[in-house]
Amino acid sequence: MSDSTTQEFSLEALRSGDRAEFARVMDAYSAPIYRLGLKMLGSQQDAEDVLQNTFLNALTHLKDFEGRSSLSTWLYRIASNEALMLIRRKKNTVNLDDFHSEETEDVPLPEVFVDWTALPEDELLSGEGKNALDAAVNKLPESLRMVFVLRDIEGVSIRDTAEILNLTETNVKTRLLRARMFLRERLSTYYGERLAPKERTNG
Amino acid sequence: MADHYHENCQALLGSLSEYIDGELPPNLCEEIEKHLEGCENCRVVLNTTKRTIDLVRVEPAREPIPDDVRERLFLRLNLDDFLEQKK
Repeated sequence: MSDSTTQEFSLEALRSGDRAEFARVMDAYSAPIYRLGLKMLGSQQDAEDVLQNTFLNALTHLKDFEGRSSLSTWLYRIASNEALMLIRRKKNTVNLDDFHSEETEDVPLPEVFVDWTALPEDELLSGEGKNALDAAVNKLPESLRMVFVLRDIEGVSIRDTAEILNLTETNVKTRLLRARMFLRERLSTYYGERLAPKERTNG
Repeated sequence: MADHYHENCQALLGSLSEYIDGELPPNLCEEIEKHLEGCENCRVVLNTTKRTIDLVRVEPAREPIPDDVRERLFLRLNLDDFLEQKK
């Protein structure tokens, strides 16, 4: 959802209730919003709820959208709130105060130093490798995963990610680093075991 | 292995994301590269982190949403008269 996409839409038309224009916005932005829902909630049904609620909410509040942020930032903000609210409702554990708290700057030190980067891409991205990656992403705490999804999966800038999530840029950077190190560690453990099968315990 | 973590390694770790994203000033990059030359573990951490990010970026494949999901979205928003306008 790049900013260049935003330029294609007429805010004036959108605010005056142009339904065709809104339908075009939905077609442009539904894929990244659906993906965000999928990554955050892990189910297609929940991702669909996030998608529908985001656009229902956007339609209701379009008249208040002043264009100070880009349309994509605004939509992502609605979508990330919808996703966090749904997570909170479902798990009853995450609250939004926690999400916005400033955590420590501590980044866990790496412990696995296996170089698996020479493994061929089709092995890394095929069945088991892809499952390992998905499992690692799913294990990320929500506060890190949201930053990671926006920045590394969707390619949103640090500045825009901070604006979307109402965090400081420093906070976004710290969370991003922690998310990346978390995933690196998990994948390194996974591939470390595959690269050194003799060291595996046989149960 | 964690014993390996000297001050320099920890400093590098703190800047790793920004280094990968090309957001550090040249003098800091030089410092990091100098450290990397002599520190194999840090090289592994850098390369595996880069690879992890690459894998995630390849993965979404920029697919459109499934047709039935799109249809239900348009119906929910009462915009189903625009279902055909898909670009």
